[in-house]
Amino acid sequence: MARYTVLGAEAIRKKGWWQAHKWLILRRLSQIGILLLFMLGPWAGIWILKGNLSSSLLFDVVPMTDPFVFLQMLATGYSTIATEAITGALIILAFYLLFGGRLFCSWVCPVNLVTDAAFWLRRRLGIKTGANFLRNTKYWMLGMVLLVAAVSGVMAYELVNPVSMLHRGIIFGMGVGWLVIAGIFLFDLFVAKRGWCTNLCPMGAFYGLLGKVSPIRVRADDRSKCDDCAECFVVCPEPQIIPAILKGEEKGIPPVILSGECTNCGRCIDICGEDVFHFGLRFDQSKAALSKQEMNAAALKQQ
Amino acid sequence: MSNSTSKKPASKGRRRFLIDSARTACGVGLLGLGIGIYSKSASSMAPMAIRPPGALDEADFLASCTRCGLCVRDCPYNILKLADVGDDVPTGTPYFMARTDPCEMCEDIPCIPVCPTGALDHKLTDINEARMGLAVVVDQETCIAFLGLRCEVCFNVCPIRGDAITLDYRHNERSGKHALFIPIVHSDACTGCGLCERACILDEAAIKIFPMHLAKGELGKHYRLGWEKKDEAGGSLVTPDQEHRYNLPEGVRYDHTGEGLIFDQANAPAMTTPDAAMQETPFSSNPLDTLKKGIQEAD
Repeated sequence: MARYTVLGAEAIRKKGWWQAHKWLILRRLSQIGILLLFMLGPWAGIWILKGNLSSSLLFDVVPMTDPFVFLQMLATGYSTIATEAITGALIILAFYLLFGGRLFCSWVCPVNLVTDAAFWLRRRLGIKTGANFLRNTKYWMLGMVLLVAAVSGVMAYELVNPVSMLHRGIIFGMGVGWLVIAGIFLFDLFVAKRGWCTNLCPMGAFYGLLGKVSPIRVRADDRSKCDDCAECFVVCPEPQIIPAILKGEEKGIPPVILSGECTNCGRCIDICGEDVFHFGLRFDQSKAALSKQEMNAAALKQQ
Repeated sequence: MSNSTSKKPASKGRRRFLIDSARTACGVGLLGLGIGIYSKSASSMAPMAIRPPGALDEADFLASCTRCGLCVRDCPYNILKLADVGDDVPTGTPYFMARTDPCEMCEDIPCIPVCPTGALDHKLTDINEARMGLAVVVDQETCIAFLGLRCEVCFNVCPIRGDAITLDYRHNERSGKHALFIPIVHSDACTGCGLCERACILDEAAIKIFPMHLAKGELGKHYRLGWEKKDEAGGSLVTPDQEHRYNLPEGVRYDHTGEGLIFDQANAPAMTTPDAAMQETPFSSNPLDTLKKGIQEAD
């Protein structure tokens, strides 16, 4: 089996439709579900989550604050921060440190719905044009955001941050802001492939840094089964992180994606007809890794 | 030779890296400059937009407000809004408009404790201490109290009636026999809630809430009010006041508080009425004579 003909067809044939879409569906449920939890208050008076992604209250008790916004606040030099924001930022920080920093990008962030739609349409329309960004541009953006906050003394980026703007706009209402969101969509569609999330968004950069240490990772323990169809490479929002792990067996690269760039979206797990990928722990020595050790041990014994 | 061939690709790679980095730095730097400049202009608020009670001063507020909208949610009167992109208020920050939705001054101020960062200062627990802005009677030409009509609506709706707004009685010069009931705002009590602005019966309110920095003047730091200092010290701090004598003839005094010339009957000169006194003033009608007086005496 070489390159794929119809994206995902192989996975559906071998694993069935549900297994070939499981993580995608769960992810969409998570994204929309979180929005619904915020909307349930204003719509039905049921206040499970109140506020928005920048700061919120769970069941009117548990404070949550986006650590990215919190970091900007620190950069402005504002120091008399109330305890709710500090506790809230620590709670969210701990969550993403544990489950993967850019889990935020693919499971929570509402802009992901917009940019995924743009990416889907881009592939459908066969648009190949693209501006070239340095892969690390978003880290420059993160530095710039903090620098501007420090110099201006206000959270300047929050005036234009499309992520908080969209989430706030959906929950509290928005007019002109929708043009900014449309701009992101068109940018991703025509200007650069996965332009916003992969290349520019400083929030993604921030959560990417958190994700460097989180224990929950996508693993490729069964990488020997890979049939080079390259479908994972096509659907992955950060495809540059895959080949080294998938093809690194001889070089002794462990079969686990350790890059902070990985958003734990699980699309590679869905799309792979050979079930190469799965979610696991970064230190996990199970399955292929273990069996390989045993094989080595057996080979040594035979000698 | 082998040295130069192995060196070339490395320097090419380095060159590429430097150029790419410079390109990214320039692009991101420009964007940052744009955001910085935009934030400067976007940070100025429309004067009609008023922050919730307890809001820190604007610079600190924009450094600490996460734009989460929890204050909006916990306002029982739903007066607060989060600014949209392109509004005259920094994007996403909470504000209210006094003319349509003034602050009802809840005793427990529910919008404040819910603020996670303290952008609404948790130390403010008495709503009467809030200073959201200041009511100003901006237009004395249209306020009907100044026209001599009875209104006093702003005075009557004021939650701190009698302290934040009082009525000043003045003579109605036009009719000659009526009083004007002039509303006067006192900044030591006004919270800037805006109930007066909403209640103003004019098509365009004559009393408006302004941000403190627009509404208030400020006396030079070097000013000392003598009468206050005198009261504090219990007496004059400089040479004791000398009663001014006006060079009046024997038996005539001058009263500063409005009575004017007073003739002590016993010692009065041969004048009986003020009119006579006016005619027989000791001063020359020519002011030059008064000026020259000292010179002539010296001669």
